[in-house]
Amino acid sequence: MSERETASRTHDEFCRAIETGDPFYLACPDGHGSVPPRRVCPECGAQSLTVEALPETGRVQAATVVHVATSAFADSAPYVTAIADFGPVSLTGVVAETDPEAVEHGTDVTLAIQRTDERKRPTLVFEPR
Amino acid sequence: MPSVRVAGVGLTPFGEHPDRTTRDLFAEAGIEAMSDAEVRADAVDAVYFGNFVGELADGQGHHGPLVAESLGVSAPATRFESACASSGVAVRHAVRAVECGDADVVVVGGAERMTHVGTDEATAMLATAADAIHEVSAGVTFPGAYALMADAYFETYGGSRRDLAHVAVKNHGHALENEYAQFQFEVSVDDVLEAPTVASPLGLLDACPVTDGASALVLVSDEYARDADVEAAVEVTGSGQASDTLALQDRETLSRTPATERAAAEAYRDAGIEAADIDLVEVHDCFTCAEVFALEALGLYDPGEAITAAREGETWRDGQLPVNCSGGLKAKGHPVGATGASQVVEMTRLLRGDHPNSDYVSEASTGVTHSAGGTVASTTVHVLEVAR
Ligand SMILES: [Zn+2]
Repeated sequence: MSERETASRTHDEFCRAIETGDPFYLACPDGHGSVPPRRVCPECGAQSLTVEALPETGRVQAATVVHVATSAFADSAPYVTAIADFGPVSLTGVVAETDPEAVEHGTDVTLAIQRTDERKRPTLVFEPR
Repeated sequence: MPSVRVAGVGLTPFGEHPDRTTRDLFAEAGIEAMSDAEVRADAVDAVYFGNFVGELADGQGHHGPLVAESLGVSAPATRFESACASSGVAVRHAVRAVECGDADVVVVGGAERMTHVGTDEATAMLATAADAIHEVSAGVTFPGAYALMADAYFETYGGSRRDLAHVAVKNHGHALENEYAQFQFEVSVDDVLEAPTVASPLGLLDACPVTDGASALVLVSDEYARDADVEAAVEVTGSGQASDTLALQDRETLSRTPATERAAAEAYRDAGIEAADIDLVEVHDCFTCAEVFALEALGLYDPGEAITAAREGETWRDGQLPVNCSGGLKAKGHPVGATGASQVVEMTRLLRGDHPNSDYVSEASTGVTHSAGGTVASTTVHVLEVAR
C-alpha cells in the first residue's frame, strides 16, 4: 500500500473497516502501531505509515464499571469500559456483557461497532469470546 | 537570572457559588493577592489566567482580558487551558516570564464555575479532558479514566479500596480547619467504602467534588521585592512541565504517570534539590488513587509503595511526609482552572506560617506542588522554598 494513502485514513474509516470485518491499524517502519487519525507515528515520528491487518482478538488489560455516565451513555449505565491489548495497538471500548461484574482481566474480546442516535460518534464494542 | 518570589496570595472560599461569575470569582482572589503583595494595578506587567470550561459553563470564552479588567489591570492578559492543570501551567509560564526578565510583577491564577450545571453536564464537561474520539466515544468519563488506572495499579502492585479510602479520610482530616475548603467535615473509612460507586473501584468519596472558586498569586522578581520593600518569604526555585498521550490506550503502562516523573525531574534539577530534600507536598488528588500515583511519580515512594502511605499515617500532617495539608482537591475542592495555582497558594501559606496547618510543618523549608490535567497528560511541578 502506498505511504501517502494512510494520511487520508479517518477514524470513521477505521470504524467502518471493523463493521465490514476487515479491521486495520497503522504501522510505522519500526513496527509501532497506532490508529487513525494519524499522520506520523506517535512513538517515533516516522511519517511513512502503512495499513496493516489488526489481530482479531484482544485481551482486557483494565476495566471499570461506570455507574455515573454522560447523558449519551446514561441509558446503558452501569456499563463496562475497558482497554484491551490487540498486540500492535491497545483500544478502548465498551464491553458487551450483561453482567458488568463478570468482566475480568485477560478476557479475550473481539471488535464490533455500535451506532446510536444519542452518541455523536460510533461506539467501539468489545465482545467477550 | 532573577529569582521568583511569591509576594501575595489569594483564594475565594471553594464551594458552591452558582450565582456568581468567573470574572467576579477571580476578582475576589486577585484583589486579595494584590493587597497581600501591596502591589498596585499599574505595577502589574502581565496577567496569566487558568480556566478549563468557560465556554461550556459560562458561555464565555476570551477570559484573559476579562479577568484582568476585573482587577483594574490593563497589562497583557492570557488564558491558559490545560484541563485540570490549567493554572499549574499558567504559574509555570508566569515563573518563566519573571525568570527571563520579561516581567517583574505577574498576577497568575485561575477560576472555574461548574456547580450550576448539575451532575450530568459537569460529567460531560470534565470528560472533554479525555480523548473525544478514542475515549469519550467508548463511555470514558473522568472518574472512569482514573478508575481504569486504579484497576491497572491494583493488578500490577496490589492494594485495595480500603487503602485508597485512607487517602480520603486523611485529606478530609486536613481540611477541617481550612477556612477555604469546601468539605470541612470528617469521613471514616467505612463512609468511603460504603459510598455509591461512580466508576469501580472508585466511589463517590474517592472523588473530589465539583467546585466553584478562584485562586491568585502575585509573583515578582527578587529585585522588585527588594526595591518595593515587599515581604516575600517564599521563593519559587524550580519549575517543570511535561505532557503524555491524551488517551490512556496509547501509553506503555497504565499504572504509572511518566509525565509527572519528567516534570519533577526538570523542577528538581531547576531547584537543585532531590526528592529526599522535600519536606511536604500538595499533589493533584482528583481521586484518591491519583495521590498515590503522584507520590510515586514524584520519587517520594517507589512504584507500588505509596498505596499504604496514608493508612500507615506517613502522609498525615504529623507524619514523616505531610501530603495535602490543605485538604487536597479531595476535600478543599477542585474548581478546575483554579486548582494548580491554589496549590501554590496553599504551599506558600504553609511555608510562611499563616495556614491553619502551618504548626504541623513549622520545620519545613522545601515544598513541592503537583498539578495534573486529564489523566496526567499535562502536568506541572513547582518547588517552593523559604528564602534564606
Ligand atoms: Zn514508530
